[in-house]
Amino acid sequence: MPQKRLTKKEQIMNAALELFALKGFYTTTIPDIANSLKMSVGNMYNYFKSKDILAKEIIKYISVYLGEKLKEINEQDISTKEKTKKIVIMYFDIAKSRPEMIDYFLRVYLSNREVFKDGCEGMACVSEFVTEIMIFFEEGVQKGELKDQDFFSAFGLFMGYLGGMVFLNGEKILPNKLDFYVEDIADNIYNALKK
Amino acid sequence: MKTKILWLSGISCYGNVHSFLTYPHIDIFLNDFEFIYHPILDSTYTLLEITQNTKECDILLLDGAVADDFQRADKNIKSIIHRYSKTVKKIITVGTCATFGGIFQYASYKNPAGLHFLGENLQDEFLHLRAKTISISGCPIQPEILINTLYSIKQHFDIPLDSYLRPKEYFAYTIHNGCVRNEYFEYKVDNHRFGELEGCLYYDHGCQAPYTSGSCNKILWNEVNSKTRSGSPCFGCTESTFPKTNLFETKKNMGVPQYLPLGVPKRAYLSIAGVTKAFKIDRLNKKMM
Repeated sequence: MPQKRLTKKEQIMNAALELFALKGFYTTTIPDIANSLKMSVGNMYNYFKSKDILAKEIIKYISVYLGEKLKEINEQDISTKEKTKKIVIMYFDIAKSRPEMIDYFLRVYLSNREVFKDGCEGMACVSEFVTEIMIFFEEGVQKGELKDQDFFSAFGLFMGYLGGMVFLNGEKILPNKLDFYVEDIADNIYNALKK
Repeated sequence: MKTKILWLSGISCYGNVHSFLTYPHIDIFLNDFEFIYHPILDSTYTLLEITQNTKECDILLLDGAVADDFQRADKNIKSIIHRYSKTVKKIITVGTCATFGGIFQYASYKNPAGLHFLGENLQDEFLHLRAKTISISGCPIQPEILINTLYSIKQHFDIPLDSYLRPKEYFAYTIHNGCVRNEYFEYKVDNHRFGELEGCLYYDHGCQAPYTSGSCNKILWNEVNSKTRSGSPCFGCTESTFPKTNLFETKKNMGVPQYLPLGVPKRAYLSIAGVTKAFKIDRLNKKMM
């Protein structure tokens, strides 16, 4: 039973993500999400008591998803430069295969902090993802490959850059596909962070 | 009957000798133990007498590092140790220098080291004495740990030891255990200025208590205080890695402390740190009084 319940929750979160990307976070209602899954609204509330709770669960779900992908890269026995490129590729792959996830991260989570103020203070709901980024940086410094600096100056440079490119891509402003930029972006990030 | 002990100093600053004298019940101790020789207390024999002939002795206390060419009363320190080690029931290395080499592993003698260890590396010269040795590290030692251990030997108690031969009763804990700043540690608050009551010193101010073995916050110094309680970082003086440099600064890599609390995996530490840092606890960010 608990296993089945978890799967249903995931289905709801994925349906919500798609609707948020399509219609926007504020205009999407719980009945919309229930409808898209052919569920009753009453049953939907058995899983998520409110849209705010659903919103927080989704950001945790995305954080775990991204965190696991990053962990796979962190655990490889390769140079920090190679890891940097793999992270760029991984991030752009998710932007292509699960665009609604990155969209949610940028347009909902980072842009509507009032929804997340209770229960998602600071980085509490994205800790899996941030933890792996910290490990990437920390090990890079330990190995003498990255320059030691404040975490956020490095974090902003890395994730701000990637988020910005995915945002431009989503707005159809980029003249080329994301893949076209991987090599240069990975080089730029590594050159900016290296010792 | 009094237990006979010999306090033999190798390459030493006498910090342990002085620390020993701060024990508040030394008169009671001296009713149960007799120093056949001690560097500054009245003793049965002189240094010359104990080095010229082997006197009856139950426990040898070695304080300070040993070296091939270091002498006491014109006798090689190692030969004195070899001689007494044949008859004594127990040997205690008193302090970090006698245990790990400490700061005197850098002395200009030939091959200075602790009796059994140089840093964390086991030395083989006195290997046959390992079974009768107990290490009490610290720079200096806490006198209660030495004296309680001496009483445990006298009473024939079983004394469980860790891999560095230190009594687990005192060294299975970290210095962090019992620190009054634990709330600040839990919520990652290090808005500390040295000597103040508030704040944890681990995050920025170099405190090594979460990964240093010992009982400084369980058995208070002079029955009053400890380094961390008084607002100064733990320097890790009981460990094989002592001494280190930059003792008032936490070594960090991109914001992550290089040395994490003992046994805590990096991912676990960072996950918890990320969550607790998200919450600003007003009470812990204000002056207490």
